[in-house]
Amino acid sequence: MTAEEWQIVWFTAWVSALSTLMILPFGLGVAWLLARKQWPGKSIVETLISLPLVMPPVATGLILLKLLGRRGPVGSFLHDTLNLDIIFTWRGVLVALGVMSFPLLVRSARVAFEEVNPRLEQIAGTLGASAARVFCTITLPLALRGIVSGMLMAFARALGEFGATIMVAGNIPGETSTLSLAIFQSVQLGEDAQAFRLLGVSVALAFLAVWTGEWLLLRRKAAK
Amino acid sequence: MDGRMAATEEESSEVNLALQNISLPLPQFTLEVNLELRGRITVLFGPSGSGKTSLLDLIAGLRRPASARIEIDGEVLTDTASGIMVPPHRRRIGYVPQDLALFPHLSVTQNLLYGKRVEAAAPFSFEKIVTLLELQPLLHRRVTVLSGGERQRVALGRALLSAPRLLLLDEPLASLDAKLKAKILPCLIRIREECGVPMIYVTHDRFEALTLADEMVVMAAGKVVQAGPVQEVFSRPADLSVAGILTVESVLPGRVLKVTEDLVTVAVGTTQVTAMEHDLPSGTKDVSVCIRAEDVILIRGEAGPSSPRNHLPGTVRSLSREGPLMRVELDCGFLLVALLTKQACEELALAPGQGVIALVKAPSIHLIAR
Repeated sequence: MTAEEWQIVWFTAWVSALSTLMILPFGLGVAWLLARKQWPGKSIVETLISLPLVMPPVATGLILLKLLGRRGPVGSFLHDTLNLDIIFTWRGVLVALGVMSFPLLVRSARVAFEEVNPRLEQIAGTLGASAARVFCTITLPLALRGIVSGMLMAFARALGEFGATIMVAGNIPGETSTLSLAIFQSVQLGEDAQAFRLLGVSVALAFLAVWTGEWLLLRRKAAK
Repeated sequence: MDGRMAATEEESSEVNLALQNISLPLPQFTLEVNLELRGRITVLFGPSGSGKTSLLDLIAGLRRPASARIEIDGEVLTDTASGIMVPPHRRRIGYVPQDLALFPHLSVTQNLLYGKRVEAAAPFSFEKIVTLLELQPLLHRRVTVLSGGERQRVALGRALLSAPRLLLLDEPLASLDAKLKAKILPCLIRIREECGVPMIYVTHDRFEALTLADEMVVMAAGKVVQAGPVQEVFSRPADLSVAGILTVESVLPGRVLKVTEDLVTVAVGTTQVTAMEHDLPSGTKDVSVCIRAEDVILIRGEAGPSSPRNHLPGTVRSLSREGPLMRVELDCGFLLVALLTKQACEELALAPGQGVIALVKAPSIHLIAR
């Protein structure tokens, strides 16, 4: 492995982890609202959140590109007020990964919240616990394994993201080049040895993430 | 010690709970209740699906009624008219639901302390509740490994430690077998005596109701069909539906033959019974005759002179176990059910076909005009 290859592995791992952490609070909030509350437009929001799962990633990437580009509604605002550029920077990678893995986190967390018996939360209330305390001491701990496995799924999805990333961030060596992009490029350039080394690393990372998730799920079943 | 003294002085084991204009639409019917509860232990009695649990949920603030005004000791908890809905965590009403809702991720001690109030006075100190409910050996266990009776005691202890001013119990013994019931019931009585917490207790078990209750509210299909002191409700069901709900075993059609002062002679089947009934509307002809199985005495052989007015010769039709007792069905010209101890059955050598005489006191026979 060359220094350049290590840089790619390192960048991919931390930008994936960061995107997962970034979507966590928002994802938990949405998942909880979907699991516990009835509100108008709920099914629309559900569908919108799941879109990145079913749409071609390149299409999602194109939407992000148009929104976040310097002439896009969000991009121009960020550029003018904060002098912040998203497109073709590492921030673009972060946004692309976050959007693409968001539905996985929400789905998993939502199921986890739904599995918490609402009667436990109600009775915690009669014992004098406020809504915030009930969430922190009952709902969250009981849903924790599902949430963690959702985070791992989101992380694994981020590791392998290709289509949206290349649209939003391009493939700039040393700046926005992730594992998937680098593997594709190596194959294109006929550098099979490099492609195989990067392939090995991505298999290892993905295996680790999914296996940890499965292990947590098994432990959760055993605990019941 | 000071805390204890103060608590004892203030201690009032009665509650003043007003449930006014309660209306909650449910899939089968609308729950509609107007009640004042003052007893130490009030039993909500009724068949499953009669709205008892929903009523507890409304009192605890876990459900939003279509309309209601709920007041406890002068404090308004729910008032839909003025938009008041005190959230459950500010109501100080303990609730032990039917499924107990123990927190599976916490230990027994953590469960017990979940709702512990720091300022809670003596009757609810941790040591006292642990002793009262014999929880000491369970403290370090996980709640997921406890037996049914143990879980029940933990749930009770957890609710009590939150120092509630009212405790709601939803069929606390329903899932337990007879042996465990016999162990938990004394715990409940001790709680009543020592903690002085008023309780509302949902059950459809007569024995529990008669053991614990001061007051009783009988519900059917979302409505209160009778309310009053427990003995009165049991011995004087207001109408046939209540008699049915209370499972007064023998409810028979009869025809009034003669009324002399308080004694009423009624033809039932091929025989006659004498009842004492003050409030039978004059001119009543058709009545339902209610005889509770516990009030039937059986003897064998010739009956000498005795105080009960009714001597009903009959034959045993069948014998079956009912909890600790034996249920004996007799043919006395009509079907009469008697509840006896096992020993009594053995001493009388009762068997199907056996001839016996059933004795029933006139005041034990209740007549409902039809």
